[in-house]
Amino acid sequence: MAVLELDDVSVTYRSAAGPVPAVRGVSLTVDTGSSLGLAGESGSGKTTVTSTVLRLLPKSATVTGQVLLDGEDVLTMRWGRLRAVRWATASVVFQGAMHALNPVQRVGHQIAEPIRLHEKSVSEPTARARVGDLLEQVGLPSRVAQSYPHQLSGGQKQRVMIAMALACGPRLIVADEPTTALDVMVQQQVLEVLAERVRDLGLAMVFISHDLSVLASACDDLAVMYAGQVVEQGPSDQVFENAHHPYSRALGDAFPRIGDMRFRYSPSGLPGDPPFPGEAPSGCPFHPRCPQAREVCSTTEVQLRPSGERRWSSCLFAPEVGT
Amino acid sequence: MSLIQDVAGSGGPDPIPGPPPLPRKEKGSRGLSPGATFALRKTGAALGTLFFVLVVNFFLFRLLPGDPIGMYTRGRNVPPEQLAELRAELNRPVLEQFLTYLRNPFASTIDSAQFNRPVWELVTERIWPTLLLVGTAIVLASIIGVWIGIKAGWKRGKSFDKVSTGVTLTLYSMPEFWLGMILLIIFGVGAFGLPGMFPIGGISSPGVDTSSLAGWLDVAWHMVLPVTTLTLVYLAEYALVMRSSLVDEMDEDYLTTARAKGLMDRLVRRRHAVPNALLPTVTLIFLNLGFTVSGAITVETVFSWPGLGLLSYEALRGPDVALLQAIFLLFSIGVVLANLVADLLYAVIDPRVRS
Repeated sequence: MAVLELDDVSVTYRSAAGPVPAVRGVSLTVDTGSSLGLAGESGSGKTTVTSTVLRLLPKSATVTGQVLLDGEDVLTMRWGRLRAVRWATASVVFQGAMHALNPVQRVGHQIAEPIRLHEKSVSEPTARARVGDLLEQVGLPSRVAQSYPHQLSGGQKQRVMIAMALACGPRLIVADEPTTALDVMVQQQVLEVLAERVRDLGLAMVFISHDLSVLASACDDLAVMYAGQVVEQGPSDQVFENAHHPYSRALGDAFPRIGDMRFRYSPSGLPGDPPFPGEAPSGCPFHPRCPQAREVCSTTEVQLRPSGERRWSSCLFAPEVGT
Repeated sequence: MSLIQDVAGSGGPDPIPGPPPLPRKEKGSRGLSPGATFALRKTGAALGTLFFVLVVNFFLFRLLPGDPIGMYTRGRNVPPEQLAELRAELNRPVLEQFLTYLRNPFASTIDSAQFNRPVWELVTERIWPTLLLVGTAIVLASIIGVWIGIKAGWKRGKSFDKVSTGVTLTLYSMPEFWLGMILLIIFGVGAFGLPGMFPIGGISSPGVDTSSLAGWLDVAWHMVLPVTTLTLVYLAEYALVMRSSLVDEMDEDYLTTARAKGLMDRLVRRRHAVPNALLPTVTLIFLNLGFTVSGAITVETVFSWPGLGLLSYEALRGPDVALLQAIFLLFSIGVVLANLVADLLYAVIDPRVRS
């Protein structure tokens, strides 16, 4: 059963220079107990897409389409219902290493806050015991509850964020670049804690990152975004190993694999910058940077279409599957 | 460490390496808690500043031109022997005089020239009206100013923000004595057909017993105009600072976290945004507290309020050197103490300062 279903979601920001389309017609599905990785460069619209799940976008954003969370459309919910759904049905692991924790409150208090808010019957000692329990689940001693964020390391803060996201027993966790600001060792630890909790509790997860290798190891499925659109989707190991879209390939190659001779003498990167939202080129939006672009790419409108078993790609040269 | 390893390792086949050990509470050099060490250090620094103030306050007045004895005895028939006796005190070696001064800075050997009374007595008598006036104004100004700042900053660009920012900027740029005079003319003397509703000066009506309830009400009635003047001027600054620090916090990620948790907008504001935005404002309020004792000089003068401000105005006219010296010292102590309180309070409300 689908916990989250995005159907043709578009997000447009109002700005002084006119409307800016940040996300254009994205459809995604996440089933109970499965995880979806969302990849793409900065500005590709990954965070904007996931912000629609709890309606956390600024007032200047207009969202169209449907966002079904557990079968209910988030976009048309009344405020009271929306507040009840936030954190209780779906919670977010923000980039806790930075500023996602309140600097003047003890972290235990911050973890207990959603428990007290959503489960009014929980007594103070029970809430405190649950906080200790949550902290131990993410590999931290329960006395961390007494600490302030500045007393913790980046990895510890990120674990606190994960504990906080688990506080109300949600069905879906949105992890928004949870490991980006951490060093590689800590990144691996945090990733394992998160993956393990999600697996053990049978939660669904949407994981955002620009690092394709991280996503491939943490998620069942992958969706690659470029210029506000999904350009490729499929099982993560297949997308990672054998991309059907040149952009996915470039993104994967941007993180060289140690020991792989292919990377040793040819460090690869993708020249150029992604287009500004609203200034996407004609045809395939990726064609100006694409190493395999041909004449037709600039003139033919592209769409996500099947390119294999449970695989989709928007590249014109992706493998064709019976029409 | 063993606890961490156990917990992390229990979940799956690969034990997850434990996180780095948590920072232990660091002990101060003398086995004190970090909070106490911090407080001691700040108090020590304040005492050092106070000593420096004493030195400057003593020597500055020794450098002033003029003859303090001549000024003190001006217009009076003083026998030459007595004059010589008074001068002998000032002709003692400076270091000796300084040591005498250090022993009790307020026990001047010369009385106030104008009032013919010991300065200490004058100052203690005048300190209470000032504290009453300035204290009331600061309490009112902080409450109203912070409230306005929060309301304006949280809904930036809305009509309340536009009006309040315009008004507070106008008040902020207004000289306080000028505002006092305008209020005095309109509400004290009476203008535009208004009768004079409030007294034009002083702290109480002549002949009223200030220890009775009627006396208290009389004092309160006298306080209305000067307190309003000071409150308007102070609250403008507090509102502007509170507004801008709240606006600074508005884009912080922890507010998104709070919203994602499902908190109502006003709880996001009250529990998360305001406690963080209050930090600079609280510091400002307490720093100002030190200056306000001296800052009331002009307002006290306009309203003939018998406090330290008016006393320093009178002392300056003399100049009444002995009195000025005592008042300067008192003002400096006020500023140093307020700084100390602001430092200590900041550590209480912001956990980051303590460590």
